[in-house]
Amino acid sequence: MSLISTLARLEAISTGRAQPVATVRHRHLSERPLVLVPLTTAGEAGAPLGALVGTDRDAPRLLVVPQPRDRDLRFAFLAELADIVLPYVDSYADVVEAAERSETDPETGKRVKVEVDLCADAPQLIVPSRSGIDFVRLLGRSMRFRRTAEQEPEAPHPAPPRVPLLGRWLTHFGERARVPGSSLLLALTDLLTRHWATGQSGVEDQHLGALLAWIDPPGDESGDTAARRAELARDADGQLLCPPAGPATDPAFDNKLLAPAIERYDRARAALAAAEDGLQADDRLGDLTAAERGIRGLVESRTRPTWDAVWRGLDLLRELPEGAHAADRWTRDRWSFTGHRDRIIAGEPPQPRRDDAVTAANKLATREREQARLDAQEALDDPLVMAGRRLAGEAFAGEVTDVVMAYSEGKRPSPRPLVTVHTEDRPHLGERTKVYRSLGGKPQAAEFVGYDGPEGGDLLVLRIVDKMGRGKEPEQGSVPEKGDLVCFTLFEHDQRAGAKLPDPDDTPWTHGGPPGDPEAVPLPEQPDPVTEEDVL
Amino acid sequence: MTAVASSGFDPGAAATRATDAILRDTLHGTDRGVVVDSPPGAGKSTLVVRAALELAAAGRPLMIIAQTNAQVDDLVLRLAEKDSELPVGRLHSSDADPYDKALDDLPNVRKSTRAADLAGLDVVISTAAKWAHVKDVEPWRHAIVDEAYQMRSDALLAVAGLFERALFVGDPGQLDPFAIVGSEQWAGLSYDPSASAVTTLLAHNPELPQHRLPVSWRLPASAAPLVSDAFYPFTPFRSGTDHGDRRLSFAVPSDGSGPDRVIDEAAEAGWGLLELPARHTPRTDPEAVRAVAQVVRRLLDRGGAATSERSDEPVPLTADRIAVGTAHRDQAAAVRSALANLGVTDVVVDTANRLQGREYDVTVVLHPLSGRPDATAFHLETGRLCVLASRHRHACVVVCRAGVTELLDDHPSTEPVQLGVTVKFPDGWEANHAVLAHLAEHRVASRP
Amino acid sequence: MPPPRTRGTALRQRLAELRGPEVPAKALDARALAALAANPGCRRRALLDGAGVDKTALAGALGSPSAFGQSQFAFMRGNAFEARVKADGGAELLRLVHERLDPSAEPPSGAAVPDLAAIGPEGRAARTALALREAAESGGWALLDHPMLALDVAGSPAFLEPDAVVVHPDGRWTVVEIKSFPMLDGSADPAKVGAAARQSAVYVLALEEVAARLEPVPEVHHRVLLVCPKDFSNLPTAAAVDVRKQRAVTRRQLTRLTRIEEIADSLPEGTCFAPDLPREQLAEAVQSLPATYAPECLAACELAFHCRSHAREEGEVTSLGRSARAELGGLTTVEDVLAAAHGRAGDPEDPAVAALRRAADLRAEALATAAARREGAACP
Repeated sequence: MSLISTLARLEAISTGRAQPVATVRHRHLSERPLVLVPLTTAGEAGAPLGALVGTDRDAPRLLVVPQPRDRDLRFAFLAELADIVLPYVDSYADVVEAAERSETDPETGKRVKVEVDLCADAPQLIVPSRSGIDFVRLLGRSMRFRRTAEQEPEAPHPAPPRVPLLGRWLTHFGERARVPGSSLLLALTDLLTRHWATGQSGVEDQHLGALLAWIDPPGDESGDTAARRAELARDADGQLLCPPAGPATDPAFDNKLLAPAIERYDRARAALAAAEDGLQADDRLGDLTAAERGIRGLVESRTRPTWDAVWRGLDLLRELPEGAHAADRWTRDRWSFTGHRDRIIAGEPPQPRRDDAVTAANKLATREREQARLDAQEALDDPLVMAGRRLAGEAFAGEVTDVVMAYSEGKRPSPRPLVTVHTEDRPHLGERTKVYRSLGGKPQAAEFVGYDGPEGGDLLVLRIVDKMGRGKEPEQGSVPEKGDLVCFTLFEHDQRAGAKLPDPDDTPWTHGGPPGDPEAVPLPEQPDPVTEEDVL
Repeated sequence: MTAVASSGFDPGAAATRATDAILRDTLHGTDRGVVVDSPPGAGKSTLVVRAALELAAAGRPLMIIAQTNAQVDDLVLRLAEKDSELPVGRLHSSDADPYDKALDDLPNVRKSTRAADLAGLDVVISTAAKWAHVKDVEPWRHAIVDEAYQMRSDALLAVAGLFERALFVGDPGQLDPFAIVGSEQWAGLSYDPSASAVTTLLAHNPELPQHRLPVSWRLPASAAPLVSDAFYPFTPFRSGTDHGDRRLSFAVPSDGSGPDRVIDEAAEAGWGLLELPARHTPRTDPEAVRAVAQVVRRLLDRGGAATSERSDEPVPLTADRIAVGTAHRDQAAAVRSALANLGVTDVVVDTANRLQGREYDVTVVLHPLSGRPDATAFHLETGRLCVLASRHRHACVVVCRAGVTELLDDHPSTEPVQLGVTVKFPDGWEANHAVLAHLAEHRVASRP
Repeated sequence: MPPPRTRGTALRQRLAELRGPEVPAKALDARALAALAANPGCRRRALLDGAGVDKTALAGALGSPSAFGQSQFAFMRGNAFEARVKADGGAELLRLVHERLDPSAEPPSGAAVPDLAAIGPEGRAARTALALREAAESGGWALLDHPMLALDVAGSPAFLEPDAVVVHPDGRWTVVEIKSFPMLDGSADPAKVGAAARQSAVYVLALEEVAARLEPVPEVHHRVLLVCPKDFSNLPTAAAVDVRKQRAVTRRQLTRLTRIEEIADSLPEGTCFAPDLPREQLAEAVQSLPATYAPECLAACELAFHCRSHAREEGEVTSLGRSARAELGGLTTVEDVLAAAHGRAGDPEDPAVAALRRAADLRAEALATAAARREGAACP
């Protein structure tokens, strides 16, 4: 925790309200996000209990698995989910614009520009909390290897046709969410804590109700009081007034309300199966429907408050102006979305269970690059973030007190003006440390020459080294002038692309050789075996 | 030169045996790789230079992969020192000042940003990052990977296609490589890209011969057992010199102050702990910073002289033979400015990360946990303490607030565990306890 | 050397008084012992656990009931899974031990499954020790289903019941821990695996006590077998987990538990934690025990809500997280930190105070810049 954000938390305690830790919105928000509020069954891996899902805040779709251990009911749920999510995703897949991408020409090996389609916009999934993102990954993993009846007519329990496809999309969303600064799949708690500091700890911030209570407490109530109520208050039945945002449910809910309701449902189903004639069956079907309605009511009662909270949180976030570079990162999300669309169209197999060596290394490299990019962009977009970097000695701001023209040596001398900056900041500068400032949106580099005055003092002399044009004299406006307020960073603003890694087929011996090699790590693409034990 | 220690252990002979076996496997073995663990000051650079010269002499084109430009330049200079005729290529980036200017004075060294310009030279050296950009070349028959434990698995993946076989050399006890983003997703995979290059290499090639250099020529007899036990419990090493082979003496007697007493203790015992009263402080604890600076000032003022196997005459303990180690950069900056206030400007003050691989006669260390209200994984990292405690040839003075033992005991231990990940030993918590217990025997209470 | 008996008795007497008349000691289980490492600096927890105080009842009596509960779905699933793993004389479990920990040994067919039934924990522990000795002597595979192990904790025995212990043909012992969270594609939730490792380390320590009394001393594997459902199924799969680190930490924390005597001695005469006492009196008694609350306690201690409220009232900075204090030096309360940051108190020479003022100034400056920017945007 940086000192500036610690301070913000302490201010939140003393004022009773969350305090800003960002002055602009650092993530792109879609005009039409798809919100998903899932619930899962305790103790079961990947057994959804239900969900509220949709793009219309006033009309969420309620999906429920009345007996979560029943595979057929689970499949029906997933098929319904696919029928909502996939059309939403598809609606972004068809609208494209022309864009350029560099590719390696297979003949010459040179990098060439090719014109390709880029989806003009991309879908955006919002879940309440970070565990919601994990659940999206889990759902993706549980579905993408399923075989449909068309693929394997003989196999028992075929999956409905669109379920494996939904699995692949959810897997893609889940993987993309690991890329710093990406916005295809976001957890609302992450979004809110990125922009506000509450007077409670990061652990407690994972509770959406408590978090919102600090940011936007009802009436004159203090955030602390409202948050504690959201976290702990129960009704006469012992049920939480503000149900957890899921996917895990409160044990008291499971034991007191859900378990009896599921039992009633099971009994009604058994009774229906045992019905001896049509009349009796009609009656018992009514009981079953009533039992199912009971469970639906329970699931809705636990998800609807969270659903409303998610939309309220989005409203709060929309009040902040979007950061200047958020659109740039959203474009990367669109590339990611377009890329996956293309892989599916091309008939590529689902993502493997585990990455091969080259894929893992590529993903890590991308994420490290994106993290550095995000850190730089957020600081450039937001003075409050930059303040944190200045406090950490990674940037400095101040006034130009002197500019002396100087030139490089050599045949064609170029301008190398010396600029003296007065600053209260204490950057970690060493001899010839490179520093950068933003000049018309592009980074201009300078070198630290030394202190004008005592070592570690407040007058820094910098030598500007680029972005001054080709002439002997610098272009108009390319050199700061006396009296200008400037901000330099010790970190780079752009990220260079890393070296290209070998193709997976050329994985070297140090890393086990190509993945196809039987001695190497196997690539399991088989569906999960369906066992009777799936249903206890 | 070095006497056989009283125990009958002949360090010179043991080191020679190890080196011979390594060179035999490297030059004549059939395995694609050879791994050498080298504890602090065990002659890793000497080994790399010697292996390079022998491979070159055998007519085997060699590429050398180091991790930083400073390491690359240092190796180029050492190679030239041993053989000024050897054709060496220094592959470098196109940044400004990509290599040490001293290389311009070496006629045998060709420098270029393109590997093709250096083709045919006996030895080509560069950083892993630069090598990763080299494509479409005939693979080298041999490579030496230096500081392989500080190299990440993904960096090795990028360059391993450039060579047929390789000698991997490094110190497993120093700081591990790290990633700036989470990599839990790949934890437990043999090729986890954030793991060390050696971990991946051995996971896929467990049969490769593994050697270790058994003697530290840097660490004195007073330090080797502690460093070996605390940080290398499964691969112990000895010091090349015995008790009494090295001596640190001061012309000016102690004035009875804390700094002087701890200097005398360290001169006598090899270790000294200057303990400040327990107190929670920010990282740049002014009292501790001042104490570090005072110890350095007194080391210089008291006319220190180091006697060792390197020369017959005592060598003056000058500023360039002293270093200060800290955990954080702001601490280093604070010590530098405190030293400047005392008129000391030419003593190296740096963080553990930057002191890796360096050697001094005396080091003064600000303990990473001094004054902290809590210990974090960063401060407990085994490699950090190991680097700080193993840079010296004669003595190490540690400056620390009291209360670190209690801090360690109160440290919550709720680390997550990833399936399939080999547990790294020793654990930082245990290593810290071991080092503190030893330092406690050489404690001098500071009277501020 | 064991402490003189009279001293041990005196301590037990003292701890019984602290619990209150007629209140039985709550037995320490492995989970509770493992949790000692979660906040070893907390004297409140050390004493209450050491004295066998029922913290759940205490928290309820204090008006801050703990929120630990288990869903019956999870409970049922866990039981069904363990039964499945141990079905057929533990054939599947033994197969996993063989495959993951001891593949060079003979395959475990027809392992002994000794009957461990006996009266009372002492009886069961004795029966277990006997069965272990017999198994070690017999030289084959043996599976001990829910054995009972005794571990000396600050002078009193704690009785622990691992899911299973397997004796290998070479005489070594392995702790088996069965959990119902899944291993998905070979990996599992690291926090849950960590908790299982800490719990297993307690069993390993207890087994080592049993082993130490045998001749020759059998080796207790420092790798335990963690058995979990595979992927989305109910089929068991397993992984070996190295618990040496957890064992070292737990061992050290157990030896430190002897300080409960010293903590008990520091309490005012007549202090008592009986849950039927009036709330104010209990709160005062609890208050006399210094606590080190941190948010992690919420997941590990029944008393956490009580300690949290108090920490908040006192304005303790650590209620925001242990790391919050890292750069604050000697400042520990919200009021002190804010006063220092805003120049109302504190020595500007203190680097913590200087950094706070710098942070407060930078923060204020940035917020003002942003506000001006927004206004500028609103009226161009």
